[in-house]
Amino acid sequence: MMAFFGKITLNIFVFFFLTATSIFAAGGGDNYVKDYKFSFEGPLGSFDQNQLQRGLKVYTEICSACHGLKYVPIRTLGDEGGLGYSEDEVRAYAENYEIFDPELDDYRPAKPTDHFPEVVDAGAPDLSLMAKARAGFHGPMGTGINQFVKGIGGAEYIASLLAGYTGEEKEEFGTVFYENTAYPGRWIAMAPPLYGEDVDYDDGHSNELKYEAMDVAAFLTWAAEPKMMARKHVGFRAVLFLILLSALLYATNKTLWAPIKKKVA
Amino acid sequence: MAGIPHDHYKPGSKGEKWLHSRLPIVGLLYDTLMIPTPKNLNWMWIWGIVLTFCLALQIITGIVLAMHYTPHVDEAFASVEHIMRNVNGGHMLRYLHANGASLFFIAVYCHIFRGLYYGSYKAPREVTWIIGMLIYLLMMGTAFMGYVLPWGQMSFWGATVITGLFGAIPFIGDALQTLLLGGPAVDNATLNRFFSLHYLFPFLIAGLVIVHIWAFHTTGNNNPTGVEVRRTSKEEAEKDTVPFWPYFVIKDLFALAVILVVFFAVVGFMPNYLGHPDNYIEANPLATPAHIVPEWYFLPFYAILRAFTADVWVVMIVSFFTGGIIDAKFFGVLAMFGAILVMALAPWLDTSSVRSARYRPMLKLWFAILVFDFFFLMWLGAMPAEEPYASLSLIASTYWFAYFLVILPLLGVLEKPLPQPKTIEEDFNKSHAKKATMEPSPPAEVPAE
Repeated sequence: MMAFFGKITLNIFVFFFLTATSIFAAGGGDNYVKDYKFSFEGPLGSFDQNQLQRGLKVYTEICSACHGLKYVPIRTLGDEGGLGYSEDEVRAYAENYEIFDPELDDYRPAKPTDHFPEVVDAGAPDLSLMAKARAGFHGPMGTGINQFVKGIGGAEYIASLLAGYTGEEKEEFGTVFYENTAYPGRWIAMAPPLYGEDVDYDDGHSNELKYEAMDVAAFLTWAAEPKMMARKHVGFRAVLFLILLSALLYATNKTLWAPIKKKVA
Repeated sequence: MAGIPHDHYKPGSKGEKWLHSRLPIVGLLYDTLMIPTPKNLNWMWIWGIVLTFCLALQIITGIVLAMHYTPHVDEAFASVEHIMRNVNGGHMLRYLHANGASLFFIAVYCHIFRGLYYGSYKAPREVTWIIGMLIYLLMMGTAFMGYVLPWGQMSFWGATVITGLFGAIPFIGDALQTLLLGGPAVDNATLNRFFSLHYLFPFLIAGLVIVHIWAFHTTGNNNPTGVEVRRTSKEEAEKDTVPFWPYFVIKDLFALAVILVVFFAVVGFMPNYLGHPDNYIEANPLATPAHIVPEWYFLPFYAILRAFTADVWVVMIVSFFTGGIIDAKFFGVLAMFGAILVMALAPWLDTSSVRSARYRPMLKLWFAILVFDFFFLMWLGAMPAEEPYASLSLIASTYWFAYFLVILPLLGVLEKPLPQPKTIEEDFNKSHAKKATMEPSPPAEVPAE
């Protein structure tokens, strides 16, 4: 049995080695991403519904001027494990947006079944998957081990970026660039979108820059991975079931082999 | 069908006899499941079942994913998001499939290195080994094409880099690359043929898996001692073996369940850990990512590909003598495929009369270095193409080739192997008798022999 546990430890070690190497590929660079604490990190973490709702407000009032969420259906704002709005609230929210309907050949107010509009005019990237398309805090000491436990950390990157402007600007070929400590290469074309106290929260939460940045980062994490809670539940049930199954199979195996091994002893 | 003497299937009931005289399928299944298996197999012999499970998992999840996926450059990325958001359980299907590929490769590498350590490739199991290598090549092709299908940035640029390798082949390279891509560059035609082939290859793999199993059921399993099962009589064979069912089926299922605990923890809690964030950005032919990195399971061979640059003297000499036909780029491609070819040739490169490294003290050491070398190459493959990684890649690649081309042939002559047990029974009895005395309770009994 000792040999067996030796093998298992070896395999686990190998697995960690494999996974650790893969992360050398992701992230890394001259940018600084702060290790923000989010409620949804780790296997036990879950979304904070109030935070997601505050983040939606930041997105709606600020980000949505230039950035779309084209892969996110508006109806999913009512999903459990996410923002959890009622059907009426979702319908009322949808009417904030005008979308182009090819069948009418005209614009009409959005319905819950529509997606958030795609915004292309400003040349800004779509934010639907931004929280999964960026790697976050890569520590400790560049090993990326925290990413194995807490997730890749796109939310940390977004929050760091929004709070990472230094106030310096420069102009190159007619484009103004803003210095940002979280952005790879340090100079970003996006003007600082948040300064603090930009949005009045309905739940009376502090609207300092740090909180606005974290709230919208949390919202965008939900937008990128709306089934995160469902996925973790499946993971939990599967792991518990398989541990039980392993125990039963272990006992079966032990009993099965006992007579074969007893012949020897 | 096995060469080891054992009881064969005898149809009992009238119905069984009726079927058996027309199609002996039950007999085939019986003989396959009841194959006499060396009873001293250790926990490195479980990967076969893990691999079979992976193939089934990938085929089943893949078929369902294909029901919802659209192989078109304008819609592929969006259809994956449709699967993630709208299809019932779609997010689990996709994460199982994506991480299933990683489990598949972890298992196949364990399986291959098991074979290398215990000499499973040696006569009479060369055909099993060669078929295994073909399966591994097909797996790499399938995984590569599968990674292109989500049509993210890494999909697109990975496809561009890897298909570019075929363009390096002299004379026919350009034509071959065009054929592979269905045009001058990675585009809709490429995506369509990759989707088609990604669906086809797993069934080719399944076919080869059957031949792989057939081959080693003919020769019998290898085992940790490398000593063959006695075949002179059924009684003797039965002292060395137990039937595969139920002894090894239950043992392997237990191991599989333990591995699946880890697998489902990854799928449930960190499904994107092994992926690259850039693949959540839709493919854009106009924006090249800062680093183009293949999936982790390709990294060792990717490192070998990149190791042979134009300033390496071997490359210079070869280039000079072939009049530049073999340039650095083509040399790299040859090295990458050569790294797998030398592994496939191991049965003929290994000159030792002893199979298992357990009784080969020098091989043990060189093999340990090979395993380290493999991980080292994997790490180097993820590093940017600059110093000191380039020189280290060259050293590590050289060792890979040296192990197969120099060390394996020489050790057969230089090494003095340790004494091997006469029979599998002797090895099994020794290890279990020893364990019985080591366990504090119940008190050790007197060994039977």
